Amino acid sequence: MSNRFFEYLLRLGDDRLVLGHRLSEWCGHGPILEEDIAMANIALDLIGQANLLLLKAASVENAGRDADALAYLRDAREYRNALIAELPRGDFAFTIARQFLFSAWALRQWEALASCRDADLAGIAARAVKESRYHVRHSAEWLVRLGDGTEESHARAQDALDELWRYTGELFLTDAIERELAHEGLAADPSAFRSAWQKDVDDVVARATLRLPAVEHWQQGGRTGLHTEHLGRMLAEMQVLPRTYPGARW
Amino acid sequence: MTGNRKGGDTAHQLWEVFTQPGDGKPFEHAGSLHAADGELALQNARDVYARRSEAVAIWVVPSKAIVSSTPEDVGPFFDPANDKPYRHPQFYRVPQGFRM
Repeated sequence: MSNRFFEYLLRLGDDRLVLGHRLSEWCGHGPILEEDIAMANIALDLIGQANLLLLKAASVENAGRDADALAYLRDAREYRNALIAELPRGDFAFTIARQFLFSAWALRQWEALASCRDADLAGIAARAVKESRYHVRHSAEWLVRLGDGTEESHARAQDALDELWRYTGELFLTDAIERELAHEGLAADPSAFRSAWQKDVDDVVARATLRLPAVEHWQQGGRTGLHTEHLGRMLAEMQVLPRTYPGARW
Repeated sequence: MTGNRKGGDTAHQLWEVFTQPGDGKPFEHAGSLHAADGELALQNARDVYARRSEAVAIWVVPSKAIVSSTPEDVGPFFDPANDKPYRHPQFYRVPQGFRM
């Protein structure tokens, strides 16, 4: 059980760590001061969730690695995040559209995990539900304003959805690991909340006067370590300090 | 907002933010910020002025909706009160424990 649970905790933690880092890249570059702070807040929420999840993963693995070792000393092939999290931050519309698609999914996932049989994971979920609810509200309201805004903001928001939609299928993929853990009450089965998520997305996309594109080929691979070219470069920047100065403190 | 899809003025208007530090406490002016509309002003206020648990409730008000006294008003508005001590409740005993 423990190997499978470790693997699952890595998936949960890596989604948040990688997306949190992508979002943190906006710090100092936000379109307005207020939004700069808002994005940094959400990034910190996600990195905080990742910290708790990787701490838990490290204790489940029980192999002498701590959360920092998991975050800073794994290569891209060992990362288990969904591909949607690692895509470059793009323009503001792309960042908002991704945040909305991910957060709406993450909120449903956390709600399911709040009744997880593992007390630690259930506790992390109970706290994260509140944070995610705000992430959904913030990104949804922005997506509506961009989609139903000016010609340019509408076009950019639609481009973002057209690019991102093919990455959402991976969020609902399950393998034997997740199915068995879900059966044991330790994981959230995403098929149980797929239609609710789809309705959340449809409602906001309609309010935003946008449309979801047809998809011929769904992108996937992150859960087994097959990532886009972008993750390696992101990790190089994220990990440079602990890898250059092992054990550095301040 | 529907039907508003064109270029033009995208400048954000100014909002004043009032936060309530606890249940039953009066709202206090926390500062101002820019936002496109009320919902985003509320979210920005939460992020800028209440992200460290400073508030249990928030008001946002368009700055242009505030009617303010001016420095020229100081004389007629506030000075005459100086020589009317009878307006201060100091000629009877105040119940014990009451603080003005």
